[in-house]
Amino acid sequence: MSARVGVVTFPGSLDDRDAGRAIELAGGEYVPLWHGDRDLKQVDAVVLPGGFSYGDYLRAGAIARFAPVMDLVIDQAKAGLPVLGICNGFQVLCESHLLPGVLVRNNHLHFICRDQRLRIENAATAWTSDYETDQEVVIPLKNMEGGFVAADHTLDELEAEGRIVARYLDVNPNGSRRDIAGITNAAGNIVGLMPHPEHAVESLTGPGTDGLAFFTSVLKALVAA
Amino acid sequence: MARVVVDVMLKPEILDPQGQAVQGALGRLGLTGVISVRQGKRFEVELDGDLDDVRLAEVHRLAETLLSNPVIEDYVIRVEDEASA
Repeated sequence: MSARVGVVTFPGSLDDRDAGRAIELAGGEYVPLWHGDRDLKQVDAVVLPGGFSYGDYLRAGAIARFAPVMDLVIDQAKAGLPVLGICNGFQVLCESHLLPGVLVRNNHLHFICRDQRLRIENAATAWTSDYETDQEVVIPLKNMEGGFVAADHTLDELEAEGRIVARYLDVNPNGSRRDIAGITNAAGNIVGLMPHPEHAVESLTGPGTDGLAFFTSVLKALVAA
Repeated sequence: MARVVVDVMLKPEILDPQGQAVQGALGRLGLTGVISVRQGKRFEVELDGDLDDVRLAEVHRLAETLLSNPVIEDYVIRVEDEASA
């Protein structure tokens, strides 16, 4: 039996189906979850997908954080459920205070969409164990509010504890402090990532298949658990 | 009815590219001498009945949990009196 990975659809989610497809390509079972349900359908892991939940009104992710399904996601993530937030999902994780900091508007004010080179610096999280430490990958990045901001002492703590999962290479595309593209919590079960690994799972439609390992990693972690 | 205004501003140390873009456009209006522009949000909250300390505390909770993100923003709450509302 393959592991069940839920993907939450919020009003305005964009990449929920893509995330579901990536889960299936990795060998898992995609379980659609609805923002208004207080039901996680007994999934083994959750992906909060990219998009523009609630039109990015107020602040990106700020309203989605109060969706009924998020009460369960927040409780279970604190108890160890693997949760990956991609782009808008990363913003939701920060607004939920499951991850520190916040994502602000790109410093150049333009939407970006590019194939981005990254370095995976932490290959020990539930979502990155199929990478090598310091492996360089290419994963599409597309965002408006992608600048990761946190207090200096928080950034120091993230670096000291090895909680920076991925950093941008070549250019800093959005003004993120210390070139941060993704971070994790101390336990390594919650990961927020601004680039979109679900768009790099097939060479036909993406720059390659470098993103697939995020999804195979969590399936492996679930089997091992 | 009570009316409470919540002003949310980015903290001074947080870069405000939108404010900078506005400032950049001022030159096109022929305006000079503007040192800086910062952009924020204003919320006008109307409440049933009179405003007591308990309800004001609720507005503070609203302001710090939803209307602002304390990582990057500060808020100021101002109660408007009936006459000016």
